Amino acid sequence: MKKLMAATAACALFAGVAQAEDIKLGILYGFTGPIESLTKSMAAASEAAMEEVNASGEFLDGTKVSSVRGDSTCTDAAVATTAAQKMVTSDKVSGILGGDCSGVTIAVLTNVAIPNGMVMISPSATSPALSTLDSKGLFFRTAPSDAREGEVAADIMIEHGVKTAALTYSNSDYGKGLAEAIAKSFEAKGGKITANIAHEDGKADYSAEVASLASAGGDILIVAGYVDQGGSGILRAAVDSGAFSKFELPGGMISDTLTKNVPNGLNGSFGQVPGNDSPGLKTLGEMSGGKFDVSSPYTPESYDAAALMLLAMQAAKSTKPADYSKKIMEIANAPGEKIEPGELGKALKLIKEGKDIDYVGASNVELVPPGESAGNYREIEVKDNKIETVKYR
Amino acid sequence: MDFLNALVALLNFVVIPATAYGAQLALGALAATLVYGVLRFSNFALGDTMAFGAAVVILFTWWFQSMGISFGPVPTAILALPFGIAAMSAVALLTDRTVYRYYRRVKAKPVIVVIASMGVMFIMAGITRMIIGVQEIQFADGQKFLIDPTAFRTATGLNEGLALRMTQAITVVTAGLVVWALFWFLNRTRTGKSMRAYSDNEDLALLSGINPERVVAITWIIASGLAVIAGTLYGLDKSYKAFNYFALLLPIFAAAVVGGLGNPLGAIAGGFLIAFSEIGLTYAWKKVASYILPESLMPDGLMQLLSTEYKFSVSFAILIIVLLFKPTGIFKGKAV
Repeated sequence: MKKLMAATAACALFAGVAQAEDIKLGILYGFTGPIESLTKSMAAASEAAMEEVNASGEFLDGTKVSSVRGDSTCTDAAVATTAAQKMVTSDKVSGILGGDCSGVTIAVLTNVAIPNGMVMISPSATSPALSTLDSKGLFFRTAPSDAREGEVAADIMIEHGVKTAALTYSNSDYGKGLAEAIAKSFEAKGGKITANIAHEDGKADYSAEVASLASAGGDILIVAGYVDQGGSGILRAAVDSGAFSKFELPGGMISDTLTKNVPNGLNGSFGQVPGNDSPGLKTLGEMSGGKFDVSSPYTPESYDAAALMLLAMQAAKSTKPADYSKKIMEIANAPGEKIEPGELGKALKLIKEGKDIDYVGASNVELVPPGESAGNYREIEVKDNKIETVKYR
Repeated sequence: MDFLNALVALLNFVVIPATAYGAQLALGALAATLVYGVLRFSNFALGDTMAFGAAVVILFTWWFQSMGISFGPVPTAILALPFGIAAMSAVALLTDRTVYRYYRRVKAKPVIVVIASMGVMFIMAGITRMIIGVQEIQFADGQKFLIDPTAFRTATGLNEGLALRMTQAITVVTAGLVVWALFWFLNRTRTGKSMRAYSDNEDLALLSGINPERVVAITWIIASGLAVIAGTLYGLDKSYKAFNYFALLLPIFAAAVVGGLGNPLGAIAGGFLIAFSEIGLTYAWKKVASYILPESLMPDGLMQLLSTEYKFSVSFAILIIVLLFKPTGIFKGKAV
C-alpha cells in the first residue's frame, strides 16, 4: 500500500509537471438486473487495470485514467442507451468498456457507439449476432462468441470419429443459440444432425423426448442444456433406455453435479467448457487484494478489456477512438513480448520504446476478426465417472 | 431379423415405458375414483398427497440406508412403503376430521368440497416442500436393470437394445398386486361391500345400518395408501420432485373420467389408455418403420404425430372428447 501511495504521489507530481490531459473510460455494466451479482467484480477488475496504468506513470506522458460507471441493466436497451449517451456527450469518455449482456450491447453499439465513432470493448457479450454486425471497426470483445463453442464442439466430435448425431437443447435463448451454432459447424465439417429437438426444463420424465431422439438415431447425442435442469434428465433417460451411450456435453452441462446426477452412464462421453489454465489468471487472482474475484465469470475478461483499450491508446499515441481502434488487434495478438496481468507498466514502457507486445492477460486474449476473443475451451472427457481435462483449445 | 428389431424398438420405447406409466396412473386414478365414488367430490389434493407420501417414504428410505438395511436387488423404498402409507392415512384422517367432515355434516355441494380440497392441496404442497424441498431427488437403489440394453444387444445380436429396469418391473408387479387386493376387498369382504353399498345409495346404506363414518375412514385409508404407492412408484421410476405430482393431476383425472368416475375397473383401463395415447402419439415412429417398411416407402420425417412438448395436451384432448360424447366414461361411471 505504501508503495502504491508513493507511486500514486509520484505519478500525480509527474502529471502535474507534464500538464497532461486526463482521460475517462466509461464502464457500462448491468449493476442492477439479472447479472448484478457478476458486475461488481467485473467493474472492480476493469478499474484495477486503470489503477495499475496510473501507478506506472508510463501512460501517454503521465496522462491519468479515471472511470465513469453507467448501468446497462442487462435487459433494458433504452436505459443502457441513455447511460451510454451520457458517457459520450457529457462525460466525454475516450472509450466504453461494455456492455455486458448481448441484447443491450447491440442496442448501445448501433444507437450510440457507431453514430459517435466510439470504441466499445465488451467483456461478456457472447451472442453470435455480434460477429456479423457491421461495427465499422469500433466493437471488440474479450469474450468468445457462442458460435465458437459450436466450432470447438464440432471439432471434438469429428476428432472422435462421430458422423451422425442427434441434438437436443434446453428451450431457452442459451440452448437455442448454442444448438444452432453446433449444428451449423458440425454440418459444415461433414457431420449430419439427425434430429434437433427442444426439451423443456423441470420435467420429471424425459423418456418421450429420448424415444424421439433415438428414433432419429445417430452415433452420439448432443445435449445443449443445463446440468441442474432438463439436461441431466435427458441423459438419465437416454442411458436407462440404452438409446445412446455417448454424449457431447457443452459448457452448461459441465459441473461437479453431472456425474452425481447420471452415475456410471457417461464414461467415454466428451465435451467442452470455457476456461483456460493461463498463469495470468493466477497472477490476477493474487493481485486482486479482495476487491474482485477472478473465479467469477467474466471478471478476468473485464480486466483484459480495460488493459487492452489503454495499451492500444499508448500504441496509437492518442486517446481518440478513431486512432486507437486500429491498434487493438495488434496489441492483442502475436508477435511481441507476452504481457500478463501486473505487467501493464512494463508493456507501456515497451510500446513507448517502439517494441511489439502480445497482450495475453488473464483470459489468454487472442482476438480473431472481426475483433472477438478466439475463446479458450477446456476439452473434457468422462472417465471412471469423473470429469477429466483432456486439453485446452 | 428386421421384424424382431422393430418389435424390440417398439417394446423398449413404447410398450414398457407406457405400461409402467399406465400402472402409476391407474393407481392414482383408483384413489381418485374411490374418493369420488364414496365421498362424492374430486379430490384435488390427490397430487400433493402423492408427493407428501413419497416424501415420507424417501425419509424412511434414507433412515433405512443409514442403518444399512437394504432389500437386496429391490429398492429400499419398497420396505419403507408401509410407513409412508401409515403416515399418510393418519394425515388423511386428520384432514377429514378438521376439514371434510364439516362439509359432509352441512351437506355442502360437491363443488364447495372441491374448493376445500384445493385449500388442503396448497397446505400439503407447502408442508411437503418444507420437509423435503423443491429439488430433484433420486432414491432408487438396488439392482438397476433386469434386462440391460447393451447386454441384450450382445446376447441377441440385434441392433436394438431392450431395457427393462427394476423400477419398471416393480411398478407393474406392485400395481398388479394392489389392484388384485383392492378388488378382493371390495367384492369379497363385508367392509368392502358396505363401501360399495354406501357409494351406490347413501340413504339406503344408512337405513341398513352401515356406519357412514367407518366407511369414510376406510375409504380415506385405502385412497391414501393407493396415492402413496402410486407416488412412490412414480418417483422411483422417474425422479422425485414435489412439483411434478401436481402436474400429474391432469392425466390422473383424465384417466378416472375416461374410465368412468367411481368405477374402479374403469380407472385402471383409463390409466393405461391415457399412458399409451400420450406415448404413442408423441413417439417418433421412424425407427420402427425403417425396419418394417421397404426403403421406397420410407418417409423423410420422424413420423411423429405430435411433438413431445404436447404430451399433456393428449390427456386434455381425450378428456374433452369423452366428456362430449360419453360423459359417463367407457365403463359406466357417474356423470360428471
